[in-house]
Order: sequence, then C-alpha cells, then structure tokens
Amino acid sequence: MTAAPTLERPLAQRAPRRTPRWQLRLSAWLPVLTTSAILLAMFITGQAVFGNFFTSRLISSLFLDNAYLIVLAVGMTYVILTGGIDLSVGAVVAFSGIFGAQLLQTGWPAFIVIPAIVVSGSLIGALIGVLVQVFEIQPFIASLAAMFLARGLAYVVSLQSIAITDPAVTWLERTRFQLGGGWFVTPTVIIAVLTVAVSVWVLQYTRFGRSVYAIGGNEQSARLMGLQVARTRIAVYVISGTCAGIAGLIFAAYTGSGYSLTGLGMELDAIAAVVIGGTILTGGSGYVIGSLFGVMVYGLIEISITYIGVDSWWTKIVVGGLLLVFVVLQRLLVARRKR
Amino acid sequence: MSAPEVVVEVRDVSIEFPGVKALQHVGLSLRSGEVHSLMGENGAGKSTLIKALTGVYPVDSGTIIAHGVERDFSGTADAQAAGISTVYQEVNLCTNLTVGENVMLGHEVRGFWGINWSATHDAASIHLARLNLDVDPRSPLSAHSLAVQQLIAISRAMVINSSVLILDEPTSSLDRSEVEKLFDVMRSLRSDGVAILFVSHFLDQVYEISDRLTVLRNGELVGEYLPSELDRVSLVSKMLGREFSELESLGERVAHTERPEGVDPVLNVSGLARKGSVEPADLDLYPGEVVGLAGLLGSGRTELARALYGADRADAGRSFVNGREVRLTNPRDSVDQRIAFSSEDRRAEGIVGDLTIRENIALGVQAKRGWARPMTRQSQDELAQKYIAALNIRPANPEALIRNLSGGNQQKVLLARWLATAPQVLILDEPTRGIDVGAKAEIQKLVTQLATDGMAVLFISSELDEVVRLSQRICVLRDHRIVAEIENKEGITVDDVVALIAQGGDE
Repeated sequence: MTAAPTLERPLAQRAPRRTPRWQLRLSAWLPVLTTSAILLAMFITGQAVFGNFFTSRLISSLFLDNAYLIVLAVGMTYVILTGGIDLSVGAVVAFSGIFGAQLLQTGWPAFIVIPAIVVSGSLIGALIGVLVQVFEIQPFIASLAAMFLARGLAYVVSLQSIAITDPAVTWLERTRFQLGGGWFVTPTVIIAVLTVAVSVWVLQYTRFGRSVYAIGGNEQSARLMGLQVARTRIAVYVISGTCAGIAGLIFAAYTGSGYSLTGLGMELDAIAAVVIGGTILTGGSGYVIGSLFGVMVYGLIEISITYIGVDSWWTKIVVGGLLLVFVVLQRLLVARRKR
Repeated sequence: MSAPEVVVEVRDVSIEFPGVKALQHVGLSLRSGEVHSLMGENGAGKSTLIKALTGVYPVDSGTIIAHGVERDFSGTADAQAAGISTVYQEVNLCTNLTVGENVMLGHEVRGFWGINWSATHDAASIHLARLNLDVDPRSPLSAHSLAVQQLIAISRAMVINSSVLILDEPTSSLDRSEVEKLFDVMRSLRSDGVAILFVSHFLDQVYEISDRLTVLRNGELVGEYLPSELDRVSLVSKMLGREFSELESLGERVAHTERPEGVDPVLNVSGLARKGSVEPADLDLYPGEVVGLAGLLGSGRTELARALYGADRADAGRSFVNGREVRLTNPRDSVDQRIAFSSEDRRAEGIVGDLTIRENIALGVQAKRGWARPMTRQSQDELAQKYIAALNIRPANPEALIRNLSGGNQQKVLLARWLATAPQVLILDEPTRGIDVGAKAEIQKLVTQLATDGMAVLFISSELDEVVRLSQRICVLRDHRIVAEIENKEGITVDDVVALIAQGGDE
C-alpha cells in the first residue's frame, strides 16, 4: 500500500470549502474535553479554597487510592463501547480478593496466587461473554447473574475477612517509588497506569479495538462488513473480567485483606466514572483516557468532601448530579449527530 | 460486448425457511462488465438470493460458482474473500467512525506498532478518489449526506478488490442528481470489468443502467431478458405474474357513481411529503367513496398512507378534515379526527396476539376513552358480540385468543376494532393480503357497504383487480409519487392501471 502518489489533487483546491477537521471531530472529543475541564476547574477551585490542594502529594495519593477503580473503569470502557454493561465487576473484586487471601492463608505461594486471582476474573468475564454472544442474553441480565454468582462464591470461600500478610502482595501497596518533589507511585499505580496505556493502544491501534467501536456503532453493519463480531464481543467481557481480577488484587493489597462484602456497588462507581469520562452508554463513542479522567473526578469529589468536612454521603450526591449532567450532554450530542 | 465472461453463477438454488419456500430452483449468471438488474416484487426472493450470494444464508440445494470454483460461503467475510461485496439498502456503515475508518475497517494498514493511521487514511483517499469522491477520510461519517455515505459504502466494497458488486436498492434514499452520481460510478466500475448486480424498484433507473434483467416471482425464476427485448409493460406483467387479460375482473365490480355536486371532502391533504419515502402528494377523500391506491410494492403506497395518518411524521403538507385545517402528526391526532388506519403488518402492528377477540375489539374504543374511564365488562361483551355477528368472525367465541384465528378472521377483528370507534375515514392497507378467498370476498363486501353508508375509505392492495373492482377512484403511484388519478368509470380495466404503473401519467 504505497500508492499515495495517485492523490495528486492540489491541496490548495481542497482546503477552502471544508469544515475544519478539528471541528468535525470535536463532537467525539467534546465529552472528554468537558471532563478534563471539570477536573482542572476542581483543582483550581480546591487550591483557591483550601490552599495546599493542587500538590504532588494529593495527586499521588489520588492515584494510589483509586488505582483499583481506574483498572475497573478501563475494563468497563471496553464493554460499554460495544453497547454492553458489566454489573459483575464489584462482586468479582470481592471474590478474587477473598479467594486469593484464602489461598495465601492455606500456604499457596504468591507467584501462583496472583495469576489465579486475575484468571478467576477472566473466567467470570468469559462466562458473561458466552451468555451474551452465544445465548443472546441481555448483558444486563447476564452480568447480573454473574454478579450473584461471584458474590455467592465469595461467601462460600469465607464470611470473615482474611488478612493478607504475604510480602509479595503487600509489596504492591507499601512500596513507594519516590519520584522527587513529593511525587510517588506504588506498584499498584504502575499497574493501573499500564492498564490505561495498553488499552489506549489496543482500542486505537489494533483491528480488535476498531471492531469494538464498530460493534458499538452498529452491530449489524459490523457483521455485514465481515468483522469478527462474536469473537470481539466475548473478548470485551473477558477483558472486563480480567480487569476486575486485577482490581481485586489491587484492592486486596490496598486493604490488606480479602473480604466477601467488599466492592458492594463498586461496579456502579466504575460505570459512573466511565460515563463521566464521556463514554456513551449506547456504545461506539468514548475514550479510555476519558475514563481515567472520570475516576480522577470521582476521587477529587471524595477528597473535596472530606476537606469541606461534611457528611461523606455528599460524595454520592455530587457524583449523581454530575452523572445527570453528562447523560444529558450525551443525549444532546447524539441527537445532533442523528440529524 | 461479445459474450463477456461469467464471474459468478448461481445454479438451481433453493432455500427454504420454516413454512416458506423462499427460493426454488433459481439460477443467475453475473458477467464481468455488465450491470445485471434483479427484478421482482417484495417477497419475490431478491433479498434471499442476495443473501445466499453473500453467505448470510446457507443454500439448501443448488450450487454457487465463483470464478469457476464451486463455493459454499459460510459468512460475509467468506464471500468477500471470494471477491463478492455488497452494498445494502440501509447504509451499513458505522456513523460513529470516520470516513477512512469505515472504508478500511478490517483492512487497515498495519505497521510494527499496530495500525498505521496515516497510511490507512491515505489508502482510503485512493479508494475514495477512484469513485470521484472528494471527502476527507478523517472526517466523521455522520458529517456526510446519506448519498455520500452510500458512495462511501461502495468505496468500501471496492477495497477488497471485488469482481462482483451487489447493490441492493442503493437508490431508494437518493435524489435524482445523487442517483446520477451513483450511475456514473457504476458505469466506470462496469468499464473496469466489475460485474454489478443491481436491485431497484425504479423502472426508469433499471432501464437506464441495465445490460440484462432477471425477473423473480414468488421465489421462482421467471426468466432472464435483455432490456431491449422486454418493454416495461411486459416487465411489470412478468413481475406481477399474470397476463393482463387474466387480470380482468374476476367478480362483479362496483358501479361507478358520480359524486353528487357540492359534497366537500372529509379529508383533504395537499403537499404531503416525507423525505425519501413520500414525494409531495395531494389527495381528497370524499364521504361514500372508496379510493384505491395502486402501484407496485415499494412504490410508496404504504408510506403515503402512514404519512397521511401520522404513523410516520410527514416533513411537509397540510391536512384538512371537513374543511378545517388540522395537524395529523401522530396516530393520536388522527384518531381524534376519527381517522382509522389498519396496517398491512397485521401481526406486528395490528393484533395483540395474547388477548382475546373481545379485548382486541375493545382496544380501539378504550384507547379513545382513555385509561381513566375503563369500559365495563358488559359493554365489552356487547361490542364483541355485535361485531362477531356483523362481520361473521369465526370462531364466534369472544374469549378465543386472537393469535389462534386465521388471517382472515384476525383481519375482521381489526376491522371491528376500528369500526367500533365510528371513524369517518378508514385507511385499509392490504386488508386482504394472505387470507382465504371466502374471507377476502366478505371483507371486500364490507368495504363497499361501509362506503355506501357514507364512510370515506382509502383502499390499498397489491391485487389490482381488487382495487379496480372496489374503488370509485384510483390513484396510481410510482417511485413514491402519485403519477395519475383516474375516475374508475365503466371501461377502465386492470390493463389501463398496469399501463399507468409502467409508464406513469402526464407529469
């Protein structure tokens, strides 16, 4: 494919009557830009109101405290881009956490337990994918079933919280690589950032990633275009499950324990972060980087509420309000695109 | 063009769906450098044949030979690999992606780091330029008109170096100049040796572009013809499947009565239009008159009726009921104006299968009353009894589930539902389709009776003899436009209507 020379129309002729490209692409990026604007505004306001807000320390711990949510939101982004939903991830976090803790307690080595935690998530994801693709069950119902399954399995493993003392797992959380100037990262944050980076690449630079967008845009078209719809559909749920497994590992390391009651409603936090990050729930439009911003916004709201010193329930109220704003914004964009 | 090479051949293909023989022993040869039109009414098997060619449906018997090799396509991707690509009526692209992404999806240029976007977009530009399309491959698809999107879909089809291009009703959403653009592209592809299979309802277009015609009817092959040896009237009669003489009235026809002077139309619309489906139309419906809409399937009869009723929102036009201007933008408005519409899709838009005859009949009246004023059981029973007797609905048990009734009886229940609301205008879309002869005659009689009692009826049917027999006036549609309106006087025959359908009146 080196036949570029056939394009010999003079550029000057082509330019004038076109709407500038950035303007055409704006509607796709607008939600993400809005989210980053909100993020920036929150930092500026926080800095103005509380002083020492926009600091390396605060941002570093923002990543640390939300590493698990970043991973969850990234996995959820794949699913939502295809127009699906995965309600199981919160329960998978609980299950994989307690499953791993139990294995460690019975003396299994960490180099087996850590992959096992992640793979348990992948398997549950694969189950949802097969239910959705092969048995044509609504993603909502399929993942709801998987949610109950994972939560139930977590209870079966143990009702009590199991402390994790394994050095390899605690290392993930306790180690602080100082970057100077008060900046630090933990291995969990590195995992989260890597997940984001890999996903950006997968979604933008692989045929698989483009198929994800195509399915979300118009599944019928994607099929008629000869894309691998079935394979892609199952894969996004496997990815989401795997991310939930990784998040389970990070969360277990973060809390230093596995507990079957953790992660209640965590899937909704992840969905909220994805939506605030500008991904459209009907699929086909959105970016992983937006989901990262969505998690940041979510985390900043939590921190701000603590700074203000009001009841922590206000976090939910603010997030709910923000979610509404974004859903309305998306409707407007979609409506404009349809015209 | 002496004996061009046959690129793809379909031999003796049959496809059966549960209860339906969709294709029976159909053959088709596509030659390189030819535009081959596939003709037939809706349901004749055109789409099924295309889907067999593109690997969407597996064939039950028969063979498909591509480039001299017998093939058994397992899916779209498989057929594409054999050089057969398809552009469907509905643009099958993803509006959320850019033009270039759509063109190259699945065929992106890849480098070491994954997709090389600039090379991919360059390649897309080349394919677009082949079709004289000057669009920025990085612009979103949604920024372009449907016509351009259709052409982009064709560029996509050319990416895989197709030797066969199937265009399934590509022109249905295009306007005249856009069609011209498409035809230019088709001509240039044809001269490049591509075999094109073209499907269109528009006879003018078919005669303009085709080198060869194949006619299907009821899943069977009628024949392959050259456009020069088959005039329009014979083509239409081949599609409809009857010689004109046979089409002549089978039963007694309604005597044409002159409309008395000074009667005003009960419903009058002017300039009613909906982009892509209804060209501006004027129509007057007078009390006591049956107006027939005639035209081939796909000529826009249903679309006109739906726009009239408000089932689909019209883009333009004014409606007057009894001389007063009204807005009929949704079915509720029309019901309030006592206009009733019985859809051609009995199953999906008519009956509520799991309700009884009584409940189905009562629905219309109940909807008019609103949910706050439920009908008593007694009044429902009376209503059901009355119409079961009046329309001779079988079984005569009001508590029978409607889905267990025959098509004809379901249709009668639907008629009862509307009649119970005492409409002044009744729009019937294919009320006799797929029902047995006895029930058909009863419904025809009922239509005549209703008109005699003063109702205005708009009667749509693909059976022309029925239209000619029942209607006082006939509006002929072609290409989504009313091309002629004739008083159905003594001496008008089905032949005359067919001639109008094929040629159109004076525009």
